Amino acid sequence: MSRPLLSVDHLQSGYDGTPVLFDVSLTIGEGEVVTLMGRNGMGKSTTIKTVMGLVPATGGEVYFEGRRVDGAPAYDVARQGLGLVPEGRQVFPTLNVEENLVATSANRAGGAARWSLKTVYALFPRLAERRAHFGSQLSGGEQQMLAIGRALMTNPKLLILDEATEGLAPLIRKEIWQVLADLKDTGLAILVVDKSVAALERLADRHVVLEKGRTVWTGSRQELAANPDVKDRYLGA
Amino acid sequence: MSTTLLAVQTLNGLQLGILLFLIAAGLTLVFGVMDFINLAHGVQYMLGAYLAVAGYQLTGSFWLALIIGLALALFCGLVLEFLVFRRLYDRDHLDQVLATFGVILFLNEAVKVIWGAAPLSLPAPNLLDGAIPLVNNLQYPVYRLALIVSGLGVAALLYVLVTRTRVGMLVRAGATNPDMVAALGVNIRRLFMIVFGFGTMLAGFAGIMAAPILSVEPGMGDNLLILAFVVIVVGGIGSIRGAFLAALIIGLVDTLGRSFATDIAKLALPPAAANDVGPALASMLIYILMAAVLFFRPSGLFPVRSA
Repeated sequence: MSRPLLSVDHLQSGYDGTPVLFDVSLTIGEGEVVTLMGRNGMGKSTTIKTVMGLVPATGGEVYFEGRRVDGAPAYDVARQGLGLVPEGRQVFPTLNVEENLVATSANRAGGAARWSLKTVYALFPRLAERRAHFGSQLSGGEQQMLAIGRALMTNPKLLILDEATEGLAPLIRKEIWQVLADLKDTGLAILVVDKSVAALERLADRHVVLEKGRTVWTGSRQELAANPDVKDRYLGA
Repeated sequence: MSTTLLAVQTLNGLQLGILLFLIAAGLTLVFGVMDFINLAHGVQYMLGAYLAVAGYQLTGSFWLALIIGLALALFCGLVLEFLVFRRLYDRDHLDQVLATFGVILFLNEAVKVIWGAAPLSLPAPNLLDGAIPLVNNLQYPVYRLALIVSGLGVAALLYVLVTRTRVGMLVRAGATNPDMVAALGVNIRRLFMIVFGFGTMLAGFAGIMAAPILSVEPGMGDNLLILAFVVIVVGGIGSIRGAFLAALIIGLVDTLGRSFATDIAKLALPPAAANDVGPALASMLIYILMAAVLFFRPSGLFPVRSA
């Protein structure tokens, strides 16, 4: 395998001296869709926050395109090409839809930007209809579309989604999963966390399972399908 | 007679409100975006006034003094940011209050050493000298009207910057969720430098504009700073619109309260008691107002962090 896009080695971190991650390792290749699985409180969100530099790493290493990024401030990590769709969506409530998309938009990789207002509106026609509404006036599904669009407007090389469809109506979920599948087809690498194991199994190339802040299982889509005991042991309710 | 007084005091109240807005605008953005309490913001107001006086002594022109004062106030603000403030952003509020209070003491004393403790004055420019008749026999100084107009102009400019530009969008986004702005690749520290520099210049501008009508003396920013904090709490921290409206409200309530509280108290109390109660009530009025706003709308009139 060639050099991975993102490589997380033996990552440790926590909050205010309380360790949460003890030993998390994962890699994501170019164009690959990888999931982070595990029950609640096993460290999925903390892994994402630590990779993004929002929570400081206390041990281990994170490399993006071969460049070490742990210890760098969050804005610097994001600028390497990581686009975050955070848990709870966190759209800017006092900005309207268009401003949410434009405010942090960028094309740092150089070359022709893949994402613009036009292409994001084509991906989510609903956002175009709501372009003058404030973030606080949107439904949960619209907020998630906006959060994805906002991340895409930074023209990332890796899209990271924490709880991609949490709290959304079934129809909207379907739409989000379809968009993620379309994005995968364009060659965008994705790291995704979600409660719906079935949807993740359809979308992902590889899975990473966390338990109590450690990576306990890693394998391809086929390997997970062939090992039902992994799901029983680590993902059952 | 009483309506004339009311008209004059309303204008004076607007004028105080405008000055408060110029100071509070920077304060509310700095507090809102960076969660940084800068007590030394009032010192920028004083520095603006002193530097303009120095510029006037050098050039003899109010307009050159205005430009010199603005440029030097910006420079002083950025030097303070670089030397002191940026070490405080990650510390807790108590450290910020202590350190920036130290800056107030230091700069008030420094101004005394350089320019002396005696009040200085900056003459108004000839163009804006004199008075114009408003109603009946009422004359109002042109300069004070110009101050109100220029303040409204700055408010309009700020409104356009905040609502129409990319930096303005980032400032608004940063006031609600700075972590998210950073996670999308924006260097929030640099954004803050811009906001801080701009806020510093606005406070300096307020000081320069106030210099011809108030005396320029050490500590002149301290009282206004307290009022400016009342303004940003009433308006909603981080909200420019809130700061604008709250500044006008506070300016009017304070000025009109001081003029009319005794008369109003006389309606309910015997004259002797009213003469005691009136002034006491007048100086409490804005704090009562703030307490009421906090009771009914704890995050201010225009809350920003209502995600």
